Amino acid sequence: MSKTLLDINNLKVSFFTPAGEVKAINDISIRMEEGDVLGIVGESGSGKSVTAYSIMGLIPYPGRIVSGTIEFNGHKIHEMTEKELQDIRGNEVSIIFQDPMTSLNPVYTVGNQIQEVLFLHTKMDKKQAYERSLELLSLVGINEPERRLKQYPHELSGGMRQRVMIAIALACEPKLLIADEPTTALDVTIQAQILELMMELKKKINMSIILITHDLGIVASMCDKIAVMYAGKIVESGTADDIFYNPQHEYTKGLLKSIPKLNKKEHEKLVPIKGVPVDMLNPPAGCPFAPRCDSCMKICLRKMPEYTNISDKHICACWLLQKKGYEAATGGDR
Amino acid sequence: MAANDNNILIEVKNLKQYFPVGSGLFANKFLKAVDDVSFYIEKGETLGLVGESGCGKTTTGRTILRLYEPTAGKIIYDGVDITHADMMPYRRKMQIVFQDPYSSLNPRMTVGDIVGEPIDIHKLAGTRKERTEKIIQLLECVGLNSEHANRFPHEFSGGQRQRIGIARALAVDPEFIVCDEPVSALDVSIQAQIVNMFEELQEKMGLTYLFIAHDLSVVKHISRRIGVMYLGKLVELAESYELTFHNVHPYTRSLISAIPIPDPAVSRKKKRIVLEGDVPSPLNPPSGCRFRTRCPYADKLCAEQEPELVEVSKGHFAACHHLDRVAD
Repeated sequence: MSKTLLDINNLKVSFFTPAGEVKAINDISIRMEEGDVLGIVGESGSGKSVTAYSIMGLIPYPGRIVSGTIEFNGHKIHEMTEKELQDIRGNEVSIIFQDPMTSLNPVYTVGNQIQEVLFLHTKMDKKQAYERSLELLSLVGINEPERRLKQYPHELSGGMRQRVMIAIALACEPKLLIADEPTTALDVTIQAQILELMMELKKKINMSIILITHDLGIVASMCDKIAVMYAGKIVESGTADDIFYNPQHEYTKGLLKSIPKLNKKEHEKLVPIKGVPVDMLNPPAGCPFAPRCDSCMKICLRKMPEYTNISDKHICACWLLQKKGYEAATGGDR
Repeated sequence: MAANDNNILIEVKNLKQYFPVGSGLFANKFLKAVDDVSFYIEKGETLGLVGESGCGKTTTGRTILRLYEPTAGKIIYDGVDITHADMMPYRRKMQIVFQDPYSSLNPRMTVGDIVGEPIDIHKLAGTRKERTEKIIQLLECVGLNSEHANRFPHEFSGGQRQRIGIARALAVDPEFIVCDEPVSALDVSIQAQIVNMFEELQEKMGLTYLFIAHDLSVVKHISRRIGVMYLGKLVELAESYELTFHNVHPYTRSLISAIPIPDPAVSRKKKRIVLEGDVPSPLNPPSGCRFRTRCPYADKLCAEQEPELVEVSKGHFAACHHLDRVAD
């Protein structure tokens, strides 16, 4: 029996820039159970990071939630004040950012930064916090933790810093860890170390993970569920097998065809997705992918399709799957 | 490494590139970015160069073009030693496409002038009209159009900017292009467009590429042969198929096993060889074999003696003392 941990309903987040409203997230719903690993994939500007920031209550100015609800572990995030949010950030939900070089404070030691979280959220005294930070550093696989605690971020390598970030994120054993492109800035051998570590820790303290990435390889190996985002919308979501072996949305199909595969013996020509990503200031009226889609129909340009249930967990928003609804809407004329 | 063959366009022999670091008392310290690397590239082929950050792959590419003066070694282009030659005539033959499409284009120049600059420098157009025609032709060649010539780089997306960078490289009608991580900064769907374009241009114009990237999947896709670098050394070099499926060097093995495969069934089954620790600092590389600090097979010999690059099968080279043990 698993319990719902995160329930996002019809969330819309917009940035009100001088040039106009940018709908970074346009009506998305996500549901996660305890222990799930959810992968969110999409290109730059698809709204995957903003989704993460919304869950943390960290949407930067001039953005704000326009409508919709975010319920996490019994909290209504969308209604909480900054002070209430601070109580759960780093405590029940933590985030690891993409760039370990800039997300640590350069003027505090690693020890200071780990202990800061502990002082904020627990009643530990100095000695307990020190012991706990040693324990955390060994948990994330850093050797000589006593020495490392006294070091400053610039003395550590990229992989090491990302481990420290993970140690900070895990300090209070959160229910949910959001990893926003955690390995994009790292080399592939270091990436393998960090991903391995995250999966191990997940088992150890039974947390859920949201993994945000543009690398389909990473989600294939780590996630149970995958949501594919395009221009602020989730265009398709399902289990890893659904997405990789039975993709329904033209964008998902296009993505899978456009990546070179290392395990293929013969040379296959890549099939790129034509065109350029959408301009978020002037998004198309209908399906955002329509201008780049090979099977685009008239209706695609006018109206956003509803989700079609392919199977229990697999949903997809595409007019091709909605022929019936499409015929009803246009009276059968193409 | 290669027999004298007129089919070879570029040959690099024992190339070394050391950068002095520190100042005053410490000025005699050197960062050995590229240390004794030899390889050749045949006409019309693509040689891929992969490795992690700081392994010297970019430096190798730039040194070949003499953007850096090599510390030692030889660069032979089409049978001529260009290690100390005047580069001006060779710039027409050898070009480069840079990684970052945002910082490699001058923001104050129009796209037409960016692409036109090499034409001006090498005096490839007699009249103004000819120049404009050439520029338009180049832009069309990379999938842009004539209207784009009067715009500025900031008006373009990352993929389009990379196309401009490629048009600039093609302006002098070169034979050889160093592609230095040309797709790393791009989104996946755009990456495929650019990779395909490189392939089409090669077919059409008979170009030779040195394709540098850290993403082995992309390199394997585009290259005929691949070299793997680690801390300034070439550790393995083979045909791409051979290197991906029958690699022998422990570093190549772990590098390939670390790459996540976008296929859930395969990646769930896959056993990763997770390397311990980080890449050591190139300022202070380990003695002997540079990979030994992270290598599961390392022993005393590895610390004392540097392994040579030897031919393990036809056209497949690797530098390791324990190839017999790694093989199984």
